[in-house]
Amino acid sequence: MDSTLIIKSVSKFRGKTQVLQDVDLTVAPGERLALLGHNGAGKSTLIKTILGLTSIGRGSIQICGESPGTSAARQRTAFLPESVSFHPALTGREQLTLFARLSGFPADVQGLLDRVGLSDALDRRIGTYSKGMRQRLGLAQVLLGKPKLALLDEPTSGLDPISRQDLYTIIDELAAQGTAVLIASHALTEVEARTDRIAILRKGIKVADNTLSALSAEADLPTRLRISAHSDKIDQLAQQVGGRRINGASFEITCSADQKMDELRRIAALGDAVVDISMTPPRLEDLYRHYSRKD
Amino acid sequence: MTPRTLAIAHTELLILRRNRWLFMATLIMVLFALALTFAGSAPTGSLGVDMLTVSVASMTTLSVYLAPLVALMMSFDAISGDVDRGSLSLLLSYPPNRGEILLGKFLSHLAALSFAMVIGFGTAGALAAWSGGAGVDSLLALARLIATSILLGAVFIALGYAVSSLAGSSTAAAGMSAALWLVFVVLFDLGLLGAVVMDQGGTFTQSIFPWLMVANPADAFRVWNIAASDAVAITSGMTGAATALPSWAAPVSLLIWPIIGLALARIAFGRVDP
Repeated sequence: MDSTLIIKSVSKFRGKTQVLQDVDLTVAPGERLALLGHNGAGKSTLIKTILGLTSIGRGSIQICGESPGTSAARQRTAFLPESVSFHPALTGREQLTLFARLSGFPADVQGLLDRVGLSDALDRRIGTYSKGMRQRLGLAQVLLGKPKLALLDEPTSGLDPISRQDLYTIIDELAAQGTAVLIASHALTEVEARTDRIAILRKGIKVADNTLSALSAEADLPTRLRISAHSDKIDQLAQQVGGRRINGASFEITCSADQKMDELRRIAALGDAVVDISMTPPRLEDLYRHYSRKD
Repeated sequence: MTPRTLAIAHTELLILRRNRWLFMATLIMVLFALALTFAGSAPTGSLGVDMLTVSVASMTTLSVYLAPLVALMMSFDAISGDVDRGSLSLLLSYPPNRGEILLGKFLSHLAALSFAMVIGFGTAGALAAWSGGAGVDSLLALARLIATSILLGAVFIALGYAVSSLAGSSTAAAGMSAALWLVFVVLFDLGLLGAVVMDQGGTFTQSIFPWLMVANPADAFRVWNIAASDAVAITSGMTGAATALPSWAAPVSLLIWPIIGLALARIAFGRVDP
């Protein structure tokens, strides 16, 4: 199946600074892609180029074969801006009704507001909403008209943990109905579990683009093993294994993914001096640090 | 006129009603029109015109200041407000293009302004006619005043959008709107007056000055209302400049300006990078 979003070697200058440099990116139908990067790495700019809100210097972008900014492309795209706000004098129902009429699709406004948990507030003015409620209203308009592509810029900012869970459930449903979802985020632990693929932007350059496990293998970051032992034997053990003391009761060793089992067998052979072992494989946070700092 | 334009116009009208702007604008127009009509009713006897004529002459002077002011107050944050809230990029990600969005906002603001003008001037005119008499000529003058006030307001609604697009924030837009009002309504006339005094009745005063004056929509509004009715002209004491021009000059200026304003607004809005 053809990708919903195809970005080919896109470059963009703002003044003299290059904000995007030869970025290639594709998102397939039903795929959830996390777009990571520091503030100012070019995430929001990339989203704006996909929406056709800002022009690109070089390269090409296609949304279901359409150019960004065309009426056909906009009809297929849903967007959730970062920390969006709406006119405080309107009610949630009125605001969503406007979006439904603009999108040209008949919509079940009440049902959508129920879906994002705003059924109690739909006839209250947006001025009285909390930040999380405004974010939910923003999410409700993403669900209008079954988009082919959803662009979510920091969708979980301002949401409490339960709301975040709800949000990712809704994102999963979107993906299940065939929407290609692009999530720009800082919340690494969330996207780690909830996305299919991860792309990392650094200073406008794409430095990584793969599944989490493939990125881990490629980066070959060490797994950490923490071993707890009886305090009278710990120095001896640490020396024997070659680890680093952390406190009076435990020490730590690091090893690459393929040595992990060998190390475990070696430690198991030490006998009952070892009380406990905990193992920490490299997490997205370590990967992110690895890729976004690499020069 | 697309359904999307109408959807935006409908929502903007809802906002104007909800935040009481429609009510405030109408109240301002009614109060000022009534005050001027009854405070300025003294000269009826000496000039031999009915009271509605006097009232229209007073309200013409009022409208030159008030129509642009009310229009700018409605329109100055039409674009910058959306930029401040971060909702403009979202609005622009929907199918309507920038022209449709602008037109939708314009329709609603123009409707609200027209409502305030009709109620404000209509109430004052009706009371003047009831208490001091009216004729066909003065009723026509009242209708002309209302129609031209709406045109003048339309010019400044559109210019307000241009300012709102260029300013980048609502605070800056408010300042720029105040400056715009001051230039068109006060400073332009003062400058022309100074030039006429310096020129001492030379070629500038004879041939250039009237055209320059009518190029300003606020002055075109004044000239149109005065030149079209002898009675209003007598009452307002402003005949000289108006008669120096062909009669089509002021109407053409006031009819073209809303189009110029909307074109400027569209260009400025096109440059907004949300």
